[in-house]
Amino acid sequence: MIYWQIFMAFFIPGILGYGGGPASIPLVEKEVVDRYGWMTTQEFGEVLALGNALPGPVATKMAGYIGYTEGGILGSAVALFASVAPSLILMIGLMVTLLKYKDSPKVKNITKMIRPVIAVLLGAMALQFFMTSYETSGSIQTVVLIAISYWLLEIRKMHPAYVILMALAYGALTGFF
Amino acid sequence: MNKNTDLFAAFFRVGMLGFGGGPSAIPLFEQEAVKKYKWMTSDEFGDTLALANTMPGPLATKMAGYIGYRVNGVTGCLVALLASVVPTVLMMIILLGVLQQYKDVAWVDGMSEAVVPVVGVMLAILTLDFLKKSGDSLGWMRAVIYTVISVILMEVAGVHPAVLIVAILVIVFLPFRKEGEPK
Repeated sequence: MIYWQIFMAFFIPGILGYGGGPASIPLVEKEVVDRYGWMTTQEFGEVLALGNALPGPVATKMAGYIGYTEGGILGSAVALFASVAPSLILMIGLMVTLLKYKDSPKVKNITKMIRPVIAVLLGAMALQFFMTSYETSGSIQTVVLIAISYWLLEIRKMHPAYVILMALAYGALTGFF
Repeated sequence: MNKNTDLFAAFFRVGMLGFGGGPSAIPLFEQEAVKKYKWMTSDEFGDTLALANTMPGPLATKMAGYIGYRVNGVTGCLVALLASVVPTVLMMIILLGVLQQYKDVAWVDGMSEAVVPVVGVMLAILTLDFLKKSGDSLGWMRAVIYTVISVILMEVAGVHPAVLIVAILVIVFLPFRKEGEPK
């Protein structure tokens, strides 16, 4: 039954993929290409390329689209549910438990001790983004974009949405010339 | 139903502006949930992020779903999820149906490339925020030591962040510390 297959194909990457949607893409490919044969590696690559070019979470764009091609609108809904619901329910359950004890000194300690870890995680991601930009756009463009966006965000205190929109507009222009 | 409108607007913006998948949208989540709507403090945001990182599955939907749930129960959770997922899935289905070769168009590539360093800066700013707060609450000595240990474990030794976060949870809850004595 196709809906059951769609459910399983996205349930497994959702449960096994640590590190967010992008990290679970190889697992999705394994199910969709190797196990169920819904598309070839080439087709999967093309869908992924478009998924990466569009905004929003990658895992759900892939699930929603592949579910739609295999099982129509219902298939799309099943795939989205399978990739989102299990981890979200777990998350809400744990957070609710944690918040119940939020005044206990132990839970306060967690907050304190986890902060440096989060800082390092975010810092590593920032570096990764800078490196990617350096590889795709070169050093001059990367440094200029970093400097301007830092100035706009931290000194002019501009809303991030506008800064991103400006970067998008600039990027679109560079594609034309 | 004002709360639901706010939730929808917040996560719609996060979804439409976040290029590069859920993790790159973290600064946008912070902007909406902490700075704009004040649904949580920046500490709570850090805890939520840590837990979301520890668990499997897409990051963006865990963040959106949980924040939505906190603000307005199950309805809020569904609204936040719909707002962050449905618009981009629709775009994907329509674009792939209409023009398959869209991904090779130069100006689209240019757009996704130009956004990368900007997201980098936003992440760097958040990083500094968390470092500053660590210094304030732990004292700079301990904050620096913990940060260096985290760097060594995660970036040099390649320990998975989930392992480290679970280890912290275990250390804090294990009853071998002085404060665990009978009250």
